[in-house]
Amino acid sequence: MNDVQEAVRFERVNKWFGRLHVLRDIDLSVRAGERIVICGPSGSGKSTLIRCVNRLEKHQQGRLLVNGVELTDDRKRTERIRREVGMVFQHFELFPHLTVLENCTLAPIHVRGMGRAEAEALAMEYLARVRIPDKAHSYPGQLSGGQQQRVAIARALCMQPKIMLFDEPTSALDPEMIKEVLDVMVELAASGMTMLCVTHEMGFAREVADRVVFMDEGRIVEAADPETFFSAPQSERARQFLGQILRR
Amino acid sequence: MAALDPIGPPRRASSWRSPRLRAWLLQAALLAAVLGAVALMFGNALDNLARQGIASGFGFLSQPAGFGIETTLIEYSETSSYGRAFLVGLLNTLLVSAIGIVLATVLGFVIGVARLSPNALIRGWAYAYVELIRNVPLLLQIFFWYFAVLRPLPGPREAISLFDVAFLSNRGLQLPKPLPEDGFGWLVAALALGVVAALLVARWRRDGAGRRWPWTLAALLLPPAAVVLAVGWPLAWSVPELSRFNFHGGMTLTPEFVALVLALSLYTASFIAEIVRAGLQSVRRGQREAALALGLPPRLVLRKVVLPQAMRVIVPPLTNQYLNLTKNSSLAAAIAYPDLVSVFAGTVLNQTGQAVEVISITMAVYLAISLAIAALMAWYNRRQALVER
Amino acid sequence: MDAMPPRRFDLLAWARTQLFSGPLNIALTLLGLWLLWLTVPPLIDWALLKAQFVGSSREDCGGEGACWVFVRVHLPQFLYGFYPEEQRWRVNLGVLLLALFALPLAWRRLRENVWVWVGLLVVYPLLAWWLFHGGLGLPEVETSRWGGLFLTLVVAGASMSAALPLGILLALGRRSSLPAVKAVCTVFIEFWRGVPHITVLFMASVMLPLFLPAGVDLDKLLRALIGVAVFAGAYMAEVIRGGLQGVPAGQLEAAKALGLSYWQQMRLVVLPQALRLVIPGIVNVFIALFKDTSLVLIIGLFDLLGMVQAAVTNPQWLGYAVEGYVFAALVFWLFCYGMSVLSRRLERRLNVGRHVPEDLA
Repeated sequence: MNDVQEAVRFERVNKWFGRLHVLRDIDLSVRAGERIVICGPSGSGKSTLIRCVNRLEKHQQGRLLVNGVELTDDRKRTERIRREVGMVFQHFELFPHLTVLENCTLAPIHVRGMGRAEAEALAMEYLARVRIPDKAHSYPGQLSGGQQQRVAIARALCMQPKIMLFDEPTSALDPEMIKEVLDVMVELAASGMTMLCVTHEMGFAREVADRVVFMDEGRIVEAADPETFFSAPQSERARQFLGQILRR
Repeated sequence: MAALDPIGPPRRASSWRSPRLRAWLLQAALLAAVLGAVALMFGNALDNLARQGIASGFGFLSQPAGFGIETTLIEYSETSSYGRAFLVGLLNTLLVSAIGIVLATVLGFVIGVARLSPNALIRGWAYAYVELIRNVPLLLQIFFWYFAVLRPLPGPREAISLFDVAFLSNRGLQLPKPLPEDGFGWLVAALALGVVAALLVARWRRDGAGRRWPWTLAALLLPPAAVVLAVGWPLAWSVPELSRFNFHGGMTLTPEFVALVLALSLYTASFIAEIVRAGLQSVRRGQREAALALGLPPRLVLRKVVLPQAMRVIVPPLTNQYLNLTKNSSLAAAIAYPDLVSVFAGTVLNQTGQAVEVISITMAVYLAISLAIAALMAWYNRRQALVER
Repeated sequence: MDAMPPRRFDLLAWARTQLFSGPLNIALTLLGLWLLWLTVPPLIDWALLKAQFVGSSREDCGGEGACWVFVRVHLPQFLYGFYPEEQRWRVNLGVLLLALFALPLAWRRLRENVWVWVGLLVVYPLLAWWLFHGGLGLPEVETSRWGGLFLTLVVAGASMSAALPLGILLALGRRSSLPAVKAVCTVFIEFWRGVPHITVLFMASVMLPLFLPAGVDLDKLLRALIGVAVFAGAYMAEVIRGGLQGVPAGQLEAAKALGLSYWQQMRLVVLPQALRLVIPGIVNVFIALFKDTSLVLIIGLFDLLGMVQAAVTNPQWLGYAVEGYVFAALVFWLFCYGMSVLSRRLERRLNVGRHVPEDLA
């Protein structure tokens, strides 16, 4: 098996929060360049799953490999992996005391050791890609939700990661701002980035995903290409779930 | 489209029932009552004082004091005026407060961070310190350090020695005293220059992490180093030496001073620790996670993301604690350390009997300090406020 | 088949992460253990193992340990001050009555009842005053004979009872739209918060008699209580003002829309919410007030610390300062730490329902 082609691999991963079993025997393999959408009812473990990939959550059993490197308690290794994995949070989590530009250049300067001028040029390039270069010197508090989330995406991209994680990126946005963020994500997918997205936006899943992974109560219940998943879900739970959210 | 009414809305005739009128009457009555009460009180005071034969007015400030003060930062003797005694007390208060603030801040920050340490034992010790110290009255702690620890210490002959340059006995803490020699002024000026240069360099070389420090350090150290090379090391020390019954040379910190500073610092540090802890915990968990997700190592996460946001929450209550420490220094009166209250509202008031003037001046001084710090705080808050829509 | 969860409390795993997770952590653990070794065994030795508990005079103290005989001998003074021995039952009865009057507060339904509060805040103080001071059948005991823990509790209780109503009035006044009222309240609050507490007590003790017409003599304890009540009210006012600011503006508007008068709006809608918001702050002020009662010794009243200080500086019993101060510290600590635990419990209970559990998805 050529590990370099495999971006993420979960092998019988289990995780507990205290007595609560939140991830049960997760087996999942994600190829480089693949786009995965993870969906399921709340409490199913979707966020926990992707947060394990950059070790914001620690799994207690099983193996988890990112770009061929196994995630362990070794701090240095974790930091190295985090440089290759970018994450976008539901509540944006921009640093409010830094300008948009400073938010984006912080990690390249201090983690990759880039010079300031080089980092700023890189940041402006990505800010242009998310279509918000004019706000480079504004503070996050001055931006709308959709603008902040796009900046958050640019900030993550400035580290030039190989894998991007999205944890419900549009759930905290007003409806009219969801599209601008999804557009950016679609463009990113088209550029060949490996993406794991937890989202309720089924339209996005249909358009972009290579695979849809459905989780329920900590387990992966079903994984299929979007076409199959949306038209002919195999499991009862998946059918129920789709029935609830696709009612409209 | 509605046309603009050329006259405007009709004016209501005011009447007794009008709430506006009532409000004004109420306020007028309140002010009259307050001013009346104050006038009545002052009238009584003047009467009572006159009857006791006590003088009025601030003339007493130029009269000779007639008492000595043990710890003074400026020249003072029994023939100095009451006004000078006031100054001595004030300077002592400021001295104790300044040293106490520095010590309390350092200790408070250390313990506050320790409260959040990943090590369970250290967390436990920090918790024990905070809960023990802040639930016992400050006055009791002052008494403890003074009467139970420092006063029962052995005499100078059996003093506890610290590396043979400092000594602790029941006469106080003897420390080496710096003796500036020729060229010391130049050294101080060079140090100031070095600080300014370092700040400028730090601002100029913002082009990347890890590249600033060598330059900043060089800018800071070069001017003083140059002075030392040119003039020689301009600082001598007078080390305390025991001779017969007491120490000579060096400088003496009285037991009263040591007990007061110690108690104030330890007590205020426990409050500062809690403020620091709350400030660090106030930063959203997601901020820390986002910084970690970018690959930042934990110390950079603290320095660049958590601490700047935490300081916004920490600084206002922190300055409040500084104010409390300054006010609490007045407890010096209980162990006869000559601070402002002890000297002025104590001895001077007892000798002249002019209670109204003395206490008013004392309160005015503390009020001035409080207001100054409050104004500084308001300015700082405005500067630091997060920029929002 | 589900995998097994890790054992509930794995001591080894806990120790590994909490104490030995890395070189720095190990060093800190060693430091922590060394501090423990430095302090705990000598403390137990001094306070318990080698201490003297039995005896009635100074001769019984001699060993290396603590001489708790000193505390035992002086215990009546530490508790009652100079209160006549045969009348001390009145103090005890007063404390018992306080417990009885406060007992109904344990039940939520009774906490809402106005009469419970009237009983505690109006009836009890009058009753207690009669019991402690005398008159109307009971022999008089002047306030100058009140002392020790008894006096501490009297000063603390009186200042706490005065602080709340005074603080509420000042806080409302400071937020008033009438400029004169707002100015007077603001000046009052900032003035009494800006000066040291002992200068307030000096002022009350020395200047207050001057402000009154000749011949009117105020009891020394009463002067001290006025002083403490004044700065207690000022501090409380700032805490309550924070609570008032925390009540959403819509609440006040809804109350107005219902046609309630200003005082009804405050009493029925705004204040209940405001006070609930700042209960931890209120308890903090109470804790500070309790500690501040020790300041009255500077103006010649003998609270618990004052009595201990007098005993410690008594030429007959020199050398037992540590025992005396440790005893006083223990008593103060019990009250203050107890109040802060209560505050945290209250805070937790009131936050249930506000707390949004983390989304585990």
